[in-house]
Amino acid sequence: MFRIAIAQIKPRKADYPHNLERVADALEQICAMDKRPDVLALSETSLSGYFLEGGVRDAARPAETVFRDLQSAYAERCGGAGSVDVALGFYELHDGKHYNSSLYATLSTDADQAALHHVHRKFFLPTYGVFDEKRFVVRGRSIHAFDTRFGRSAMLICEDAWHSVAPAIAALRGAQVIYVLSASPGRGFGRGTVGNLAKWSFLLPGIATEHSVFVVYAGLVGFEGGKGFSGSSVIVDPFGAERVRGPATDECLLVADIDLDDVAIARASSPLLADLEAALSDVVLELEGVARAARPA
Amino acid sequence: MHRLPVIEAPGFDPSSSAPLAINEALVTDWLVAFLRDEIGRRRGFERVVVGLSGGVDSSLTAYLCALALGKQNVIGIRMPYRSSSPDSLEHAQMVADALGIACRTIEITGAVDGYLAAAPDADGRRRGNVMARMRMIVLFDQSAALHALPVGTGNKTERLFGYFTWHADDSPPVNPLGDLYKTQVWALARHVGVPPVIVEKPASADLVVGQTDEDDFGITYGRADRVLYFLLKGYSVARLVAMGFDESEVALVRGKVDSTHWKRHLPTTAMLSSTSINDYYLRPVDY
Repeated sequence: MFRIAIAQIKPRKADYPHNLERVADALEQICAMDKRPDVLALSETSLSGYFLEGGVRDAARPAETVFRDLQSAYAERCGGAGSVDVALGFYELHDGKHYNSSLYATLSTDADQAALHHVHRKFFLPTYGVFDEKRFVVRGRSIHAFDTRFGRSAMLICEDAWHSVAPAIAALRGAQVIYVLSASPGRGFGRGTVGNLAKWSFLLPGIATEHSVFVVYAGLVGFEGGKGFSGSSVIVDPFGAERVRGPATDECLLVADIDLDDVAIARASSPLLADLEAALSDVVLELEGVARAARPA
Repeated sequence: MHRLPVIEAPGFDPSSSAPLAINEALVTDWLVAFLRDEIGRRRGFERVVVGLSGGVDSSLTAYLCALALGKQNVIGIRMPYRSSSPDSLEHAQMVADALGIACRTIEITGAVDGYLAAAPDADGRRRGNVMARMRMIVLFDQSAALHALPVGTGNKTERLFGYFTWHADDSPPVNPLGDLYKTQVWALARHVGVPPVIVEKPASADLVVGQTDEDDFGITYGRADRVLYFLLKGYSVARLVAMGFDESEVALVRGKVDSTHWKRHLPTTAMLSSTSINDYYLRPVDY
């Protein structure tokens, strides 16, 4: 059993120091809690805001720099208070290229414990309508799972999760917890709920139940140039049930306990992932066939 | 420091019946469709016989059958023994009157006592089993006489506890309630309009005067159903205790389930060949 927190915050546009302070505030807040969370998750681009266009090149930092800054903030605000894991999204500078990335790290005052475990680079870059990511960042080329103190995990960034193949790869790589870090602009106000939220509300339980994984969705809130991000961070268990949900427009700190035993229980009653693993070689052949057919002559 | 408002996931409440909640209207429609298909289309019967004990399970079954097949096609059979509670007989009649279904009363005292005269040492449990099996003889014979299929009334809780007489209460070929916990049966019974006096009285097999199910179990249906729900879902005993369930109650429930698997199966047959029925020779029930 471990305790997970999601800090749903409104970053200040392109203000890395300020936003790092907001993350430090959240770290200090959870470190002071009676039942202290073990993991803190934040949204996509939580250190800069999302719509930066050419400003990405100013906001981007190497993952190691962000990790070092988070480590410093943790030591300063939570000195002596053990360790906490953090998953957050940021614009990354890596090998001379810019990415929309996320990192998962253990922050600790014990140097042997502190580690940058994984960096995920957004695989599917939305470039349509209000989105223009391909102009400013390069797409990542892989989806990996990684071991943490709190179960094997994977990260996806926003549109990654809208393609069923991405969480499938994460689950096939062994993830039991999938962090979906998102900056989802609200759009579609003709029905009962905001259109993109309606999409997330069936997508996330779908991912959770298809692969019997916990889905931890951290959404950005706040407005950027008239475009409002729809927050609604949520933790969904492997049975598809929401454990806790945040509001669409306000900042908050969500907290829930997670028992990874639920993954095995859910997979025993709905072994879809095992079925996919068993059929994987044929699935790959089918995909190769599709890819061959799609190649220009 | 900027402090965020905290929204914490609600903790688990072992006294909450929320996991057992059903959509009563939807379940009613589903069971009505099931009864029509299983009794009419698959088995070719128009009519059914239901043993009416005056309890909630058989009352609800009669209500569902009347919805599915029409009141003219449901025949209630009351089968009192001389020590049966007068309330049982009265409540069974109340159901028949409310539904407008035919109701026959066939005393089993003579048949039961006829056999028990040859078994004077039979204790309460044996006597109860004889009554239950005699009722099944009557129900199946009335089925043949009336060309009406017997419909079972056992619920999921008593099936999991083995709280029935093997090859008696469990023997009708069709059972609409077998996957509903007792507390869900109560909810559905209220929904379809079973009289409150029947839904709210203490559940009893009425085989021994003053007997109640919950006294026999050592746990209430509500508490048992909540434990059963999670046990069957795959939660370990240790996990349930960690979630706040009472350790002795979890052990009691788990013990009852584990010791009665055999009652939920057909007799064990020695396998001798590679055509052993239900081992090698496999056909679904509706093949």
